[in-house]
Amino acid sequence: MRTDQLIEALVADRKARAWSPRWLPIAFALGLLVSLVAFLATLGVRPDIAPALATWRFDFKIAVMLLALVLAWRLCRVLASPFEVRRPAWRLLPLAIVLAAALVAELALAPVATWGTRLLGTNWAICLTAIPLLSLAPLGALLVALRSAAPQSPTRAGAAAGLLAAASGATLYAFHCFDDSPLFVATWYLLAAAPVVLLGILLGHRLLRW
Amino acid sequence: MEDPDDLAALMRRARQGDDGAYRRLLVRVSFWLRPVVRRGLASAGHGPQDGEDIVQETLLAMHLKRDTWDAAQPIEPWLRAIARYKLVDHLRRRGFNKHVNIDDYADSAAASTDADPAPAVDSRRLLAALPDRQRRIVEQISLEGCRAADVAARLGMSEGAVRVALHRALRTLAVAFRKGGP
Repeated sequence: MRTDQLIEALVADRKARAWSPRWLPIAFALGLLVSLVAFLATLGVRPDIAPALATWRFDFKIAVMLLALVLAWRLCRVLASPFEVRRPAWRLLPLAIVLAAALVAELALAPVATWGTRLLGTNWAICLTAIPLLSLAPLGALLVALRSAAPQSPTRAGAAAGLLAAASGATLYAFHCFDDSPLFVATWYLLAAAPVVLLGILLGHRLLRW
Repeated sequence: MEDPDDLAALMRRARQGDDGAYRRLLVRVSFWLRPVVRRGLASAGHGPQDGEDIVQETLLAMHLKRDTWDAAQPIEPWLRAIARYKLVDHLRRRGFNKHVNIDDYADSAAASTDADPAPAVDSRRLLAALPDRQRRIVEQISLEGCRAADVAARLGMSEGAVRVALHRALRTLAVAFRKGGP
């Protein structure tokens, strides 16, 4: 087939819709909705949510989750494009700084004797299970939408989708979990996010090439 | 007066439904792409033999991803980004890992007009591997120059069904380009 002949076929296919910048937020919202329903049907919000909201540790935990959501969302959107992004991981620096600052504050405020129980908490096994499970629907939805995008690096786009999905799952889970210490959040939430990001990388490599 | 070769303007008109503008855009882009691909292959120490296959694969990718261009931005960086991705992807498939920086020689989009190139080898072979009906639709539109409505009448399908089958065929071709390669 000559190139001008191929061009005729492409012109005939001009009307087919290929992508819209709205697809990514719509897919994310749908995936998040599925996870929200699953969360409310199984774990649910902790019963002492009202007094918890009055503590800085809980409020801080939610603030970190929202920051992670915003940063991961931006990363995902920029990595969906065909343009090269230099050092994308640096865009997560604010999250690392906030987490580190909270760790320092917690270590300064909490008596040394309580560090161990704060770190281990009561819920780490549920945390490690629930966050990845609550991430699956957003991850699937994001990957479906990203297949129509043109990511310069499919593995990086997959990693960003995994991170955004993990941040969604973690945000939901944060409303259930009694362990509010930054020591617990920085340890177990990150450990729970790791397999989701890894899954995003593996699936991105397979599904997002174009 | 508008420059007839302003690629961004052509793409905008194509989005508004102008087939002629879209054809002109693709032709201009293929002129720009040919030397870019040839030099990219040369800089990787690779001969020009499957250059036209890469040109076609890249055009197909640009077509399938055309809506990822943001009309508020200039189009040339977007074209370069797509071309770079496909070239790097192609070279990587053949075991080249060398960094290819097409920005060095792809500054002026649609600058050169090349002689008619040799027909690509891959696309004919890949076309033959399509399901029968899809292959006939692509052949009638591309080789014989039929319109979708004529093909629909000939094959006893609705025009919409022809368009859906054509779109599927092009997506299959894109995947085959990516997986194939001699």
